[in-house]
Amino acid sequence: MGKQHYQITVNGEAKDILAEPRELLIHTLREQLNITGPHVGCETSHCGACTVDIDGRSIKACTVFTAQVAGKEITTVEGLGEPGKLHILQEMFKEHHGLQCGYCTPGMITRAHRLLQEIPNPTEEEVRFGIAGNLCRCTGYQNIVKSILAAAAVMNASQEAAE
Amino acid sequence: MTDQTPISREDRVEKLKGVGSQRKRVEDARFTQGKGNYVDDIKMPGMLFGDFVRSPYAHARVVSINTEAALKVPGVLAVLTAADLAPLGLHWMPTLAGDKQMVLADGKVLYQGQEVAFVVATDRYAAADGIEAVEVEYSELPVVVDPFKALLPDAPVLREDLEGKMVGAHGPRKHHNHIFTWEQGDKDATEAVLAGADVVAEEMVYYHRTHPCPLEPCGCVASMDKVNGKLTLYGTFQAPHAIRTVVSLISGIEEHNIRVISPDIGGGFGNKVGAYPGYVCSVVASIVTGKPVKWVEDRMDNLMTTAFARDYWMKGKIAATKEGKITGLWCHVTADHGGFDACADPTKFPAGFFNICTGSYDIPVAYLAVDGVYTNKAPGGVAYRCSFRVTEAAYFIERMVEILAIELGMDAAELRRINFIKADQFPYHSALGWEYDSGDYHTAWDKALAAVDYEGLRKEQAERVEAFKRGETRKLLGIGLTHFTEIVGAGPVKNCDILGLGMFDSCEIRIHPTGSAIARLGTISQGQGHATTFAQILASEIGLPADSITVEEGDTDTAPYGLGTYGSRSTPVAGAATAMAGRKIRAKAQMIAAYLLEVHDNDLEWDVDRFVVKGAPERFKTMKEIAFASYNQAIPGLEPGLEAVSYYDPPNMTYPFGAYICVMEIDVDTGVHEIRQFYALDDCGTRINPMIIEGQVHGGLTEALAIAMGQEIAYDEMGNCKTGTLMDFFVPTAWETPHYTTDHTTTPSPHHPIGAKGVGESPNVGGVPAFSNAVHDAFRAFGLRQSHMPHDHWRIWKIANGLGLHG
Repeated sequence: MGKQHYQITVNGEAKDILAEPRELLIHTLREQLNITGPHVGCETSHCGACTVDIDGRSIKACTVFTAQVAGKEITTVEGLGEPGKLHILQEMFKEHHGLQCGYCTPGMITRAHRLLQEIPNPTEEEVRFGIAGNLCRCTGYQNIVKSILAAAAVMNASQEAAE
Repeated sequence: MTDQTPISREDRVEKLKGVGSQRKRVEDARFTQGKGNYVDDIKMPGMLFGDFVRSPYAHARVVSINTEAALKVPGVLAVLTAADLAPLGLHWMPTLAGDKQMVLADGKVLYQGQEVAFVVATDRYAAADGIEAVEVEYSELPVVVDPFKALLPDAPVLREDLEGKMVGAHGPRKHHNHIFTWEQGDKDATEAVLAGADVVAEEMVYYHRTHPCPLEPCGCVASMDKVNGKLTLYGTFQAPHAIRTVVSLISGIEEHNIRVISPDIGGGFGNKVGAYPGYVCSVVASIVTGKPVKWVEDRMDNLMTTAFARDYWMKGKIAATKEGKITGLWCHVTADHGGFDACADPTKFPAGFFNICTGSYDIPVAYLAVDGVYTNKAPGGVAYRCSFRVTEAAYFIERMVEILAIELGMDAAELRRINFIKADQFPYHSALGWEYDSGDYHTAWDKALAAVDYEGLRKEQAERVEAFKRGETRKLLGIGLTHFTEIVGAGPVKNCDILGLGMFDSCEIRIHPTGSAIARLGTISQGQGHATTFAQILASEIGLPADSITVEEGDTDTAPYGLGTYGSRSTPVAGAATAMAGRKIRAKAQMIAAYLLEVHDNDLEWDVDRFVVKGAPERFKTMKEIAFASYNQAIPGLEPGLEAVSYYDPPNMTYPFGAYICVMEIDVDTGVHEIRQFYALDDCGTRINPMIIEGQVHGGLTEALAIAMGQEIAYDEMGNCKTGTLMDFFVPTAWETPHYTTDHTTTPSPHHPIGAKGVGESPNVGGVPAFSNAVHDAFRAFGLRQSHMPHDHWRIWKIANGLGLHG
């Protein structure tokens, strides 16, 4: 299968990609671009460890061809914080013990980041439903939910302060 | 270097972030930013990718393998088969259980998904193309997936390599598909008690086959440097040192020429203890090609081939007086081990610590026999977040006690209370040979029952049953009780080894001149937060802040030898080594302080972070000052520097325990359950970091929820694995997972240096019976005695239907 040329934007940077049409986005990110935050936990869209943000939607990168995202903007967990400063979600995951082995964490935080834009002030139930596409085997979710709710509270408070 | 600022003792303790501190995890900054370094993140120049051709059949002869077409696929460099490995003696490998396992199919396959050939290619896509092009001709053989049928006289012979060998690694074999019989306790005395008992409850309790399913599957990168003869092996290893020794023994490469590195591990839960064909094939492929070779299994490979758990058919008889005092326990287990016996148990314990099956109860006499059986299923039998078959044992006794309560017409909480081992009976010698170190079960039980208003719940339940009978509701209420006792921290070298390696563990500490430190251990974290908690243990021991202590694990070239992390052994064994190494540091520090203060060693006393002259509190030396002095002063009779190493051989196991109560609503018409309340009280002895303990409990309970309520590795009669993806294999989402309430009592271990017992696995051990007992309890009023897990909606519906509750 011949390789093709694609242009994608990842975490604000334009990237030229040479890939076979069958190459999955997760492999382009991890193996070509060395963006190893998104992980592979299954290959059937169930676990969500590979979750990235594509043009404002949470997408599982293990079941999307790179060819399908040509011209699109992709954000991974690496694109959330600023160098030397954690994003408030990252901060709250640490504060409330929202992670253990860390394998689901990048996908979980990337999903939570989008969720809080979809629902800025979610209830616990909305958080639980909103992250149901992301599996965690370590935490039992209780502290993940707590972390996301805490991040929402901080983000809303600083939003109000700004207004 | 002086540090004389007045600061209160409390503030000094606080600053250390030692034992008991809710210290935030030092691992998290990396993990939350996507900067973890898991095995699949490792890249090396020229690295190749290997993957397996796997058997579609559960039992078949391999007639031929044609690799010609595969070798023509662009990017494919090599295809290994058993014929290629045989000259090296690597087509089979030893298992941790004293059996051997095919690395690549040697003439036949014994389970679906078994490794048949290893394709090595430039990348994973080329490897996949190569796998498609390998032609394998199979001739099907009769399949046996039922361990009872496997033991019938005319059952197909699974292990032809063992034909005629009627003595295995654990004694005589009774049948061509039989592996071992393991007996414990007093058979005659137990049978005599059963014969004369007021009441005997008898039941078959099945703990179904499931899988640890960590979110990161297993994998490795093998890199053979032919110039210097050194092999570097990165991998998802819960026991890196043991892997190094195994690789050396089977490959013939001297151990000093092998460096095994466990990088960050994305969850283990027992899945990553054993050695898998992928490791061996990657090493061979790296030797053959001269390039680094990566192998990472996908989820289907993981669920179908590496390390199942449980699959125990447990037949029990429990005897009691009519007042409910248990007088004896009898148990026979038919243990389905699959095609090879690859259980990860200490050598002398082929059924692990299943003989903890007398649980929390003072049972005067007991007998246990376990028969291991080969079937056409994947090998494994690992401890899925438990210490070697303890979960099976806890489930067995907690079901048997519930069934006895039914038999006696008693309340199950009261039946437990009158049979608990009493606080003044510790150390307690169990009928099946263990010495329980410490416990206070009555206190924990009463606290748990009060916390949930047990009396009130029972009243509500009785009212619900009446309302149900009157047709006013279709929901029943189940109250799932469990009091479990774990046995963790394997273990004393005198009776615990794996492949002859004693199950001690280790810690090496170096104090740097400016008063910070590095500690290296023989364990490896898979999410437990060792870098955080081991530094806390050390902070309390040596008086340097945890924030100034780096903890490093997983590199066999730098870490002292240890047996790794599983069976909740890190805190009981390596945690103890850490404390002991810290005490060696402190002992030398005391001599240095005495020299600096010009007093005798005995005139000093330890105070949080310093040595103080007795009776002269203004005269002291802090650890920071002492650390610098150890590099700066020529002290007569003392070597420079401040370092220590401890290899800790625990005198006994530790016995954490807990009381769990699950309150469950069950819809009789749909079989759908809802967990209204879950209360978990854990006693893990001294608590190192309450935040991390709570996180461990939440996670273990969620695994228990999965196992009890839906998760299984199921096969059809042909030996097809029906649960090979996350579509079929139940892993709860946040939506299905309830909120947990955690609580604790603290009964320190008397023999552990800081009294800690280990906690990571308790919630899995205690959680499974709590969820399952809730289901059973909901239907107790309608005559249910025993229904096998997993209690998915369909099976719960079937219970209701079988009891005639659908009208």
